[in-house]
Amino acid sequence: MARSVSTRRKALNTLIAWTIGLLIFFPILWTILTSFKTEAQAINDPPIFFFFDWTLENYAVVQERSDYMRFLWNSVIIAGGSTLLGILIAVPAAWSMAFVPSKRTKDILMWMLSTKMLPAVGVLYPIYLLFISLGLLDTRIGLMVVLMLINLPIIVWMLYTYFKEIPTEILEAARMDGATLKEEILYILTPMAIPGIASTILLNIILAWNEAFWTLNLTAAQAAPLTAFIASYSSPEGLFYAKLSAASTMAIAPILILGWFSQKQLVRGLTFGAVK
Amino acid sequence: MGRIVLEQITKSFGSTQVIPPLDLTIEDGEFTVFVGPSGCGKSTLLRLIAGLEDVSSGRITIDGQDATELAPAKRGLAMVFQSYALYPHMTVRKNIAFPLRMAKMGPAEIEKRVNNAASVLNLTDYLDRRPGQLSGGQRQRVAIGRAIVREPSAFLFDEPLSNLDAALRVGMRLEISELHKRLTTTMIYVTHDQVEAMTMADKIVVLRAGHIEQVGSPLELYKNPRNKFVAGFIGSPKMNFLEGDEAKRHNAHSIGVRPEHIEVSDSKGDWTGVVGVSEHLGSDTFFHIHDTGLAETITVRAGGEVGFRHGDRVHLTPRSDVIHKFDAQGLRI
Amino acid sequence: MATQQSRTLARYMMAPAVILLLGWMLVPLTMTLFFSFKKYLPLRGDSLENGLEWVGFQNFVRFISSSAFWPSVSTTMIMVGGVLIITVVLGVFLAILLDQPLWGQGPLRILVIAPFFVMPTVTALVWKNMFLDPVNGLFAHLWKFFGLSPVEWLVDYSLGSIIMIVSWQWLPFATLILITAIQSLDSEQLEAAEMDGASAFHRFIHIVLPHLSRAITIVILIQTIFLLSIFAEIFVTTGGAFGTKTLTYLIFQRVIDSQNIGLGSAGGVYAIILANIVAIFLMRIVGKNLDR
Repeated sequence: MARSVSTRRKALNTLIAWTIGLLIFFPILWTILTSFKTEAQAINDPPIFFFFDWTLENYAVVQERSDYMRFLWNSVIIAGGSTLLGILIAVPAAWSMAFVPSKRTKDILMWMLSTKMLPAVGVLYPIYLLFISLGLLDTRIGLMVVLMLINLPIIVWMLYTYFKEIPTEILEAARMDGATLKEEILYILTPMAIPGIASTILLNIILAWNEAFWTLNLTAAQAAPLTAFIASYSSPEGLFYAKLSAASTMAIAPILILGWFSQKQLVRGLTFGAVK
Repeated sequence: MGRIVLEQITKSFGSTQVIPPLDLTIEDGEFTVFVGPSGCGKSTLLRLIAGLEDVSSGRITIDGQDATELAPAKRGLAMVFQSYALYPHMTVRKNIAFPLRMAKMGPAEIEKRVNNAASVLNLTDYLDRRPGQLSGGQRQRVAIGRAIVREPSAFLFDEPLSNLDAALRVGMRLEISELHKRLTTTMIYVTHDQVEAMTMADKIVVLRAGHIEQVGSPLELYKNPRNKFVAGFIGSPKMNFLEGDEAKRHNAHSIGVRPEHIEVSDSKGDWTGVVGVSEHLGSDTFFHIHDTGLAETITVRAGGEVGFRHGDRVHLTPRSDVIHKFDAQGLRI
Repeated sequence: MATQQSRTLARYMMAPAVILLLGWMLVPLTMTLFFSFKKYLPLRGDSLENGLEWVGFQNFVRFISSSAFWPSVSTTMIMVGGVLIITVVLGVFLAILLDQPLWGQGPLRILVIAPFFVMPTVTALVWKNMFLDPVNGLFAHLWKFFGLSPVEWLVDYSLGSIIMIVSWQWLPFATLILITAIQSLDSEQLEAAEMDGASAFHRFIHIVLPHLSRAITIVILIQTIFLLSIFAEIFVTTGGAFGTKTLTYLIFQRVIDSQNIGLGSAGGVYAIILANIVAIFLMRIVGKNLDR
């Protein structure tokens, strides 16, 4: 709706929108602010918004007490590893479906989507049993594989929609120009697909980072990522608001930043390309 | 060199046969145009020659060598696509150099050939730009540049001008024709536009539903169309077709008269009618005549100064030596 | 459209993804189905090695006839329905608002989207302690400020609280998709309607809303799939107490807490059937989109 409106109208819009926006963002803002307070100030009545003694002590305590780095490292390895694994498996599959479609391509895509809709709780115990018998319980590799599998349909779909946008004629031109399949993928397809692959990776890291069913149920002390680390704060002994906030801020900060970069891709990824 | 022979070529997608058995020879150095309405199989035929589609049966020979099973790159052909199919992440220079790089040519030779092609096509100033920064006509030239550096035995053009605006199209048409005169390499050119076919071709192949309706030089097709379809397709404005008594007078099922072969006068003539719409082009005027009792409308081409108005009663006289006669099957008698 | 050689290659390149997903789907599913017909209580000495007793449809009957089943179904429906209504209505409103000309659109959009990126356990914990806590929570302070007595949110209004928390999480998703959809609305269409004398309200009802209907359907279906399996938010806040036990959570408790694998598996089969009913509708829409 590219149309000029009066400044007054625009100011009113701005006021309403920002009020609502800040209201929605407030819980996150409040968490971040509280993470810099002392425990006493954190539960002060009335609440203190900005004029408190800013301190980094909570961050230090959280790191010390809960070995934050280990959980962070687990999250990084699990989210990164599952994404990388997923991309390696999904790129060839998506390539085939986008550029060499057959009559069954659509069915395969739809079927992949349907596996994403399997409720996790319905297969919790079988997976649990399999993990025990394979010795994968509470290992990073086990979680990596599970998260890769639950997100694989999304990765394939996203890549497929991106690849679909690369005109077939360009690949045919490369073939006419004498490129072998390897050269075609290396010099033409990959450079053109990199933006799409990058956004797929980004979205998938976010999804894997925040996954909270399998990470809670398949890990204990060794492989627990940040989701499980935070959940451990729900036990009564961990009820220190400032420290809880510091831990929360550390857990969400990396993904908040990644997430802001991937807004647009998010829509495409989460709607399986149905909304672009 | 570039003599391409198609023998009993067929192509089916699933159970639908889009190209029934077809024979065609394209001589070395010839500018051949495949023309026909959309969906007639002309692009498919080109892609079969290119090797981008497998033939279902039949044989393709290029310069006497069987190329039926050969990969596209090995056929020594270059293709210019409808969308130009430039590599968006490469500069113009790299785009043009790509086929040479794939042929493992040395950097010095690549440099020489790219610069040469660029100067021929007036692209020298744009070599370091990306396709996204070029106009439609410039992109078109890059696509042609990418084709000519390889010195292929034949060029394939798939509706290369359809994405350009009208003025640019006329200019590019000339450029491609000039290129052909200079390179004297075989060119196969696909279009749905009969004007492009008429102006550029040495040989026109008119296709309908995968069938070759007629092969011949532009003037042959214009003068002696083999059937009603070719007669109607070639020439602009379209030929007028008349049936009934007027056709019977000529011992035919139907007759066809081109608009430029009808005299129009306000005093006397064989047929009479009323002027409907007149289109003034300056050099020519096209009159659409109604109420002749022969056909819905009859289109007549007259000089630019002829000034009949809407509703005027006029008389028409067809030139008797260029009346085309067809039988009930639409074949020329 | 392609040659035979590339078709063979394509099949090989597709194989790993297809085989992995096939295994991921079939193996656990078969096991769940198998367990659902068995008496399987590991704590009472049942084990796969000793063989499990076949009990027919007993688990399925027991799961449905247990006193917890129907409440869990209604809890699930209220939770999913509540979150859907809130997120879609507010989402449409926000999408239209954010599409209006205003200053700082970019940063504002980031603020609105942020909750979606917060991991569910953090969301649940922050809301539970820092906002809903009856002693130190921000809401308690607010209530006291107005002279009201603080509310035990997660006890007295437990389901409502969880609906609010989950809505806060999913509102950005609905908004983001609806903004994208709204931006694809042809402004000439709106201008044509304006020329035809349609008021702002009528333009919304007759043009904007129909244009958004497809996106709204997609939001509803996708959210339903995710919401049906909401877990961490309940796990962290109420642990399924105070009438917040959804079907998913009930199954989780049967399997993990009471270690009744047979019963839990029967529940799992129900959950799978339920999810599939929703999935069919979603896939129809997505599938239609593929053809275009």
